Amino acid sequence: MSIDVKGVSYETDENGYLVNLEDWNEDVAQKLAEGEEIEMGEEHWSLVKFLRNYYDEYQIAPAVKVLTKAIASERGMDKKEASEFLYGLFPKGPALQACKIAGLPKPTGCV
Amino acid sequence: MQGANDSAANGACQCGGGCGAESDGAFLNPTPMLDQLESGPWPSFVSGFKQLAERTKKPMLRGVLDQLEYSYNTKMGYWKGGLVTVDGYGAGIITRYSMIKDKFPEATEFHTMRIQPAPGLHYNTAMLRELCDIWEKHGSGIIALHGQTGDIMLQGIEQDKVQECFDELNQKGWDLGGAGAGMRTAVSCIGPGRCENACYDNLKLHLKALKHFVGQLHRPEWNYKIKFKFSGCPNDCTNAIMRSDLAVIGTWKDAIQVDRDEVRSWIAERGVDALVNEVINHCPTKAISLKRGDMEIESRDCVRCMHCLNAMPKALSPGKERGISLLMGGKNTLKVGVNMGSLIVPFMKMESDEDIEEFLELVEEIIDWWDDNGLDHERIGETIERVGLKQFLEGVGIEHDINQVTRPRDNPYFKAKY
Repeated sequence: MSIDVKGVSYETDENGYLVNLEDWNEDVAQKLAEGEEIEMGEEHWSLVKFLRNYYDEYQIAPAVKVLTKAIASERGMDKKEASEFLYGLFPKGPALQACKIAGLPKPTGCV
Repeated sequence: MQGANDSAANGACQCGGGCGAESDGAFLNPTPMLDQLESGPWPSFVSGFKQLAERTKKPMLRGVLDQLEYSYNTKMGYWKGGLVTVDGYGAGIITRYSMIKDKFPEATEFHTMRIQPAPGLHYNTAMLRELCDIWEKHGSGIIALHGQTGDIMLQGIEQDKVQECFDELNQKGWDLGGAGAGMRTAVSCIGPGRCENACYDNLKLHLKALKHFVGQLHRPEWNYKIKFKFSGCPNDCTNAIMRSDLAVIGTWKDAIQVDRDEVRSWIAERGVDALVNEVINHCPTKAISLKRGDMEIESRDCVRCMHCLNAMPKALSPGKERGISLLMGGKNTLKVGVNMGSLIVPFMKMESDEDIEEFLELVEEIIDWWDDNGLDHERIGETIERVGLKQFLEGVGIEHDINQVTRPRDNPYFKAKY
């Protein structure tokens, strides 16, 4: 499978995740977000960039609790609020949607 | 049965051609390996699958049987996981994609929806009928009551139909269960609803606790899974001590209540021999003695094993000062081997709403500690084992107590004759 952005074709796996991490750019992210019916706002972008930075550093997508804790400390929320905030941005879950838009590989595990 | 007759009347395959079954008019393809499973003395899931497939003519069911037959021949499983959720939820759907969908296109997707059970499994028939109808409309129609997780397992649905199926179920009052690294679906025994041994209202506590943690059930974000089970008494019919991280088991503080008249009529009927051989000799802590032809229980020696209460249900019943005990750390083999729960909170009253509040606050505290100190993929019992019980107790602010027992039970399956 593949997606086309501005005349360039990018390879994706059968679930629509980018195959090559380095193919990612903001236009590609925009296109992936459209596929998930998500309108990217400032908060979406900041999360997507957090995910990419984390992945660059650790070569693995962060656990959800890492994500909610980061949101909680950045925005002065408690963990419960942070979780609701996160799912407000990505209704089908950070693993499914945020990682896809950030161009990270499909998370594994039995979620 | 009615369904099976219907399908015979309907006749030929409705797959639209290509399934290879048209020639002899049968809907299902031959499955000689699976048929073997039907020959034993017990009911077989294969018979259930076949009946349902013949009645509903759902190609998905045929595909799954074909793929399973192939699995038996090649001694390999061909399901792989993935990610499917409904809006606002991060858990509750267990994905199953076929790894050999080119061979068995009808079995391409066969996802499971976990649905939370009612406390004590008390349903009314109207709700169950609605559940069945909705499920057969959107999914395969296969239901496992209940899976090992305690959920109602609705097995076999395609990704595209998951949201609409969930919406309809949710309208009728059903909700998805837990999966992944979060709070899981809880289980409770039949409780005071239908059992005289229940020492607290475990059905109410189950409902309140799960409502309290519903966010973390649908949006998993902890180290790993954590499970509640609520047993009304130490008979522990949910096997909480072995199969849950947070085992809430009913208990009592004072003496076993003895109805002397009933004891006498039990002895009159069964004889003193039975009292000695089946009751007194089976007491693990020798707390019961025979005195002038009657029984006497030394309460301070009793470990609440429930044997004598089970043997003499009319004569003996749990004490008057009832509540719960909280055991923690039960789980199957993971990083370390199988663990049974250790008794962490020996006794807590569980009568008023304030008692429930206090309990939930304690559990919040416990989970917070585990969230901060546990490693990824580490159950709470393993965390406690790694850092030490002392550190855990200090971390959550539980006082040391002589009544905290590391191994309150050795064998959850033991059942004496009575």
